[in-house]
Amino acid sequence: MISKRKEDLRLDHKVIGDMISRGSMVLDMGCGDGELLEYLVIQKDVRGSGVEISEKAIYECVEKGLSVSHGDIDSGLTEYPDGLFDYVIFNQTMQQVQRPKDAIKEALRIGKKVIIGFPNFCHVSARFQIFFGGHVPVTPSLPYSWHDTPNLHFLSIKDFKRFCSEQGIKIEKSVFLSQKGVVSFMPNVFALNAIFQISNK
Amino acid sequence: MPDKQGKEARKIVETRYYNMPEGEEFVLESGVKLRELKIAYETLGELNKKKNNAVLICHALSGDAHAAGYHRGEKKPGWWDDMIGPGRAFDTDKYFVVCSNIIGGCKGSSGPNTIDPSTGDPYGLSFPIVSIKDMVDAQKKLLEHLGIERLLAVSGGSMGGMQALQWAVSYPERVVSCIPIATSHKHSAQQIAFDEVGRQAIMADPAWNGGDYYAKGHPSAGLAVARMIGHITYMSHNSMEKKFGRVLKKEKLGYEFTTEFEVEGYLRYRGDSFVKRFDANSYLYITKAMDYFDLQQDKKLHQAFKGVKTRFLVIAFSSDWLYPPHQSKEIVKALKMNGIDVTYCEISSDYGHDAFLLEFKEETKLVKHFLESTFRKLGK
Repeated sequence: MISKRKEDLRLDHKVIGDMISRGSMVLDMGCGDGELLEYLVIQKDVRGSGVEISEKAIYECVEKGLSVSHGDIDSGLTEYPDGLFDYVIFNQTMQQVQRPKDAIKEALRIGKKVIIGFPNFCHVSARFQIFFGGHVPVTPSLPYSWHDTPNLHFLSIKDFKRFCSEQGIKIEKSVFLSQKGVVSFMPNVFALNAIFQISNK
Repeated sequence: MPDKQGKEARKIVETRYYNMPEGEEFVLESGVKLRELKIAYETLGELNKKKNNAVLICHALSGDAHAAGYHRGEKKPGWWDDMIGPGRAFDTDKYFVVCSNIIGGCKGSSGPNTIDPSTGDPYGLSFPIVSIKDMVDAQKKLLEHLGIERLLAVSGGSMGGMQALQWAVSYPERVVSCIPIATSHKHSAQQIAFDEVGRQAIMADPAWNGGDYYAKGHPSAGLAVARMIGHITYMSHNSMEKKFGRVLKKEKLGYEFTTEFEVEGYLRYRGDSFVKRFDANSYLYITKAMDYFDLQQDKKLHQAFKGVKTRFLVIAFSSDWLYPPHQSKEIVKALKMNGIDVTYCEISSDYGHDAFLLEFKEETKLVKHFLESTFRKLGK
């Protein structure tokens, strides 16, 4: 099994990889073909497992030697005991679950830390498309038309920060990304994607 | 083509027999002690020096020790040949594969059709009731005889999956990985009900004669009906529609009680061919063992897996209504509650319960890589 080197990883996977400490226990909710998990297992010695809805993706994960469970995220979280994982990852999947609040609470129950990556709905190009174009925005991080999007929820960086403060959730780390790199200036306007590491206060 | 011949020659297998040494006893879960125990088994591949590449395959209700390869002179391979062999999911170039006939069976292992040494006649119903745990304990005896202390994997579909689960629960330190397929941790009321109808069909046949028929004539009609019921539960609504629909064997309806629909002919054929190779009493014993199977008992299921370190690959099939995916999911949930390393896949299939014998391409994708990574981790 040959894992991708860090340089070859997707930018968001690189950022998440850096957040996770070596040898920890990780659950990736919506792990897809297992690229991130494989990297974490091989390069960071984590004990990893994933949950994934696509049968085809399950085969790809098993081929990589990963342990994955075929199922949806909403019901998948309730099956684990309290505090089993050091990290629970929702990368680009939180916006697709039925009840994000419940999912985040469950994730914080089974994991000591939760990492959430989501597309920022209030990126400048989305704002322009709504304001001047008069249509639902399509951006590099939100590439779908309204009729075929898997996304059920649309949120901005500001929305997520407000949610955490309302729910008494501590934001430990946050990284904001454009297509090319990290965004530090006005992320709610200029970041396409946001990655937060959160925990219970 | 010498290469092809070489490969074919490797696939010739023969049934061997293990006889429990005199003086030893085999204690059944019921408390009954057997002084004689015979186990029919077959092996493929080679046991390596470290003795860490052994894989036990457990068969289902109507299976036997002949899981793969060919008996000399036979044209039909073993019942899971698509999965077991050189380069296949259970790769016999890498692993030492063992499959044995269950205790209570009728394919060479001790069961109701074997001779009771105290009378010189077949046991019939005087053979003690056996459980899934007894099947596993008999396999354990065989493996000890073969010098295998720890299994790289134990796997099987349907009742074979029950044995695999029982192995992991009873002897977790002896099982590195477990691959239960299309199975359940306990028989539901519906599953018991279908088994009971099959048993009643056999017992209602006058030829059954309280299980004492070996010298007279077998209860073939009753066993055939039991098998027909079984086959209905092995298929899905869709697979039956696709295979038979309402197609007739003749051109039009004859207004008579003959075999008119294709599906009737199929079931008759399946029933008739089954009685030629299976013992009716064995059918009673094996279905009873399945009905008794209950890993959970009065506990919560996750408590049954406490302390288990075995790695799991659980497989279910979308259209299997006899052992539906939600039963596999319950097993997966119980494993997760214990922090046990588990992979689960529900393979999308129209074949119903039969899928575990037919969807070998998808099963191979899972089993092959799961075994490889398990074996690799073992080497670390």
